Amino acid sequence: MSNVVKKTGRILRAPENFVDSSLVQEISKSGLNEDRRAFLRRSFLAASAAMASGTVLAQAAANSLAGDSNILNLPEHARTLGKPVAASAYGMPSAFETNLQRRESPGLTRVPAASVSFAPLQGLFGIITPSGLHFERHHQGWYDIDPSKHRFMINGLVKNPKVYTMDDLMRMPSVSRMHFIECGANTAMEWGNVAVPTVQYSHGMLSCSEFTGVPLSVLLEDCGYDKKRAKVVLAEGADGSGMTRTISIDRALDDVIVAWGMNGEMLRPENGYPLRLVVPGVQGVSWVKWLRRIEVGDKPYGTKDEAIHYIDAMPDGTFRQYTSIQECKSVITTPSAGQTLLDKGFYNITGLAWSGRSKIKRVDVSVDGGRNWRTARLETPILSKCLTRFNIDWVWDGSPVVLQSRAIDETGYVQPKINELRAVRGTKSIYHNNAIQSWKVAESGEVSNVQVY
Amino acid sequence: MSRFINTVAALALAATSGLAFAEKFPNIGRTATEKEIAAWDIDVRPDFKGLPAGSGTVEKGMQVWEGKCASCHGTFGESNEVFTPIIGGTTPEDIKTGRVASLTSGKQPQRTTMMKVPTVSTLWDYINRAMPWTAPKTLTTEEVYSVVAYILNMAEIVPDDFTLSNTNIAAVQARMPNRNGMTTNHGMWDVKGKPDVKSVACMKDCPVDEKIRSTLPESSRNAHGNVAEQNRAFGATRGTDTSKPATTAPLSAAKVAVKATATAPAAAQHPGMAAAKQNACVACHGITNKIVGPGFNEIAAKYKGNAGAEAALFGKVKNGASGAWGPVPMPAQTHVKDDEIRAIISWILAGAK
Repeated sequence: MSNVVKKTGRILRAPENFVDSSLVQEISKSGLNEDRRAFLRRSFLAASAAMASGTVLAQAAANSLAGDSNILNLPEHARTLGKPVAASAYGMPSAFETNLQRRESPGLTRVPAASVSFAPLQGLFGIITPSGLHFERHHQGWYDIDPSKHRFMINGLVKNPKVYTMDDLMRMPSVSRMHFIECGANTAMEWGNVAVPTVQYSHGMLSCSEFTGVPLSVLLEDCGYDKKRAKVVLAEGADGSGMTRTISIDRALDDVIVAWGMNGEMLRPENGYPLRLVVPGVQGVSWVKWLRRIEVGDKPYGTKDEAIHYIDAMPDGTFRQYTSIQECKSVITTPSAGQTLLDKGFYNITGLAWSGRSKIKRVDVSVDGGRNWRTARLETPILSKCLTRFNIDWVWDGSPVVLQSRAIDETGYVQPKINELRAVRGTKSIYHNNAIQSWKVAESGEVSNVQVY
Repeated sequence: MSRFINTVAALALAATSGLAFAEKFPNIGRTATEKEIAAWDIDVRPDFKGLPAGSGTVEKGMQVWEGKCASCHGTFGESNEVFTPIIGGTTPEDIKTGRVASLTSGKQPQRTTMMKVPTVSTLWDYINRAMPWTAPKTLTTEEVYSVVAYILNMAEIVPDDFTLSNTNIAAVQARMPNRNGMTTNHGMWDVKGKPDVKSVACMKDCPVDEKIRSTLPESSRNAHGNVAEQNRAFGATRGTDTSKPATTAPLSAAKVAVKATATAPAAAQHPGMAAAKQNACVACHGITNKIVGPGFNEIAAKYKGNAGAEAALFGKVKNGASGAWGPVPMPAQTHVKDDEIRAIISWILAGAK
């Protein structure tokens, strides 16, 4: 028997000698009838299946030396009229894409209104996260706020405390910037040991969008902020949790945006419609959603989400407070844990890299557990404090391997190994786990989550 | 962006000829009124700037706690059923030193709020703006002072007869068990800060340990559902079928055919289930388990065959109730419309599927 190729769309050699000799005699003597035809069909299917392991059963049976039935028999969409324009006024993904959803991690929290849903990084391309798959983190649920009733206030160390409507804000000078947002607790569950089965759960508190809004610096100027005394701003949300976070005046005047736009349209309600703060490079909790107020101050505010949570436990029992910046990090999104390679041969290893301090300078990939590295291609655009997509060629020979990616940013900082992070921070820090991620490919083709030193 | 705003401001100024006052952005926004600022400027700083005058007793705090807090936090703030515990793990010695010893002793399985929080202002500020969880910003100033006093009393920081007020809260701060437990000695506040871990980008023959240190426990393989259904059904790879044990045979051996089909769209959801989720009923009631209140399955079982159940339950949800399942009251669900309540109840009584 010739080499069997185990994929859809390939031509398979038909099986031979699969018919019982007594049936052959019957057919020779009395010809074919429906029963004998059916029997032949079933035997052919069984024989084909035995030959073509790993392929769709129906596909294998249909294939013959003549070619793929998907080509030889024109499909319905080649022979009919399709749907009209504007059949759906707001278009949705294909019905064949329903497997990719943002998902909760069972047992992570007891209450879904104070919880997380993770983005399906394993199935996404490029650097923009589709808005409907953007990860969520809420503390007291989310809302769909009436934008005509929403108000934004700036007060504190300013000459003129002001109130703005959405109409006002959307008349201001506007900018558009692409930035990643990452929860400080992304990959938190892996500090001690492997805990989750796929990249969606290990790295999915991460998304990237193009945000449009007015720079906070412009609004602070408009209110006449006190340039001498201002050291921090407090951002406050209009939601039930009244989320508050202290942000340095340095960040506030640099690239913080009071934003309403997300990927060309208004923010989604789950992402803070109609107004949120964008704090590039800083952990997601500071990107206050349903933003209602900015207060200019001269001392940090010690809010709940910077004095009880989002504090990093150190091995000596102290907590690091006000750890805002997300450091350089990367992960391979395919092949990743929870996926199976069906085949030896060529693959494109692909993944994401990002840094809260600058642009990504370089990404290296290892296919032998970190012993040897090659430098990956970076896809454009390469932007500061934004996701960067990397790709690299790989030929898999079927042997067990461990895949890793490692990012370096423009400051020269190298993404650390998990043991290097633990040596400094212990295993209970919860936040800011930016360690190199390892995926093991078994001989069976199954990829799983592992940790190596 | 400072350069950006200077340019824009200069242009705006140049454009505003003839206006009475040289505003940078004419006719955008307006001055906030004092009442508006008072309505929203509710934050309390660690030095107590922003703390409204007032007071509250431990005694009153206990009453408020019983009615509005215990259902999620436990009678003594010790519960970890819904949220992480508030009370526990601190000692009189910690109150003296300002450093919680159990953070290093390893004796405490969970880090409670009181083990961590350095500033009593944080408790006041958070309870005032965000509590109770289902009805935030409904406590009076006196109630907030009282609840904070109760928490401090449970943590043995103040005595049973204590009255907390804006005049003595600074003295309480001096007794917070972890007041000295924070550090800002790190490089993650400033974008140009110095990182604490320095790794090297070795490229060839790097020193690595062959041993795999950690893998996913077998029992967790399917804990997030069948991962095959969480990956696209075509492309470079397939999702792994985690509902079956891991295959060990190398790729070349024959194995069970993998079907590539689209998943069927999910079956339509009962409107009562959707309403129960959207109105956060599931925050306190599990579908098959008790959280704060009874599970929906328990409610369905209790009222099975009871003809008056729909009407009775409607009243309880709309107006609040207590005593049927335990001492913790269910608050009136004033945010839920009548027809939604009916849909939710009929879904629950039908088995909450």
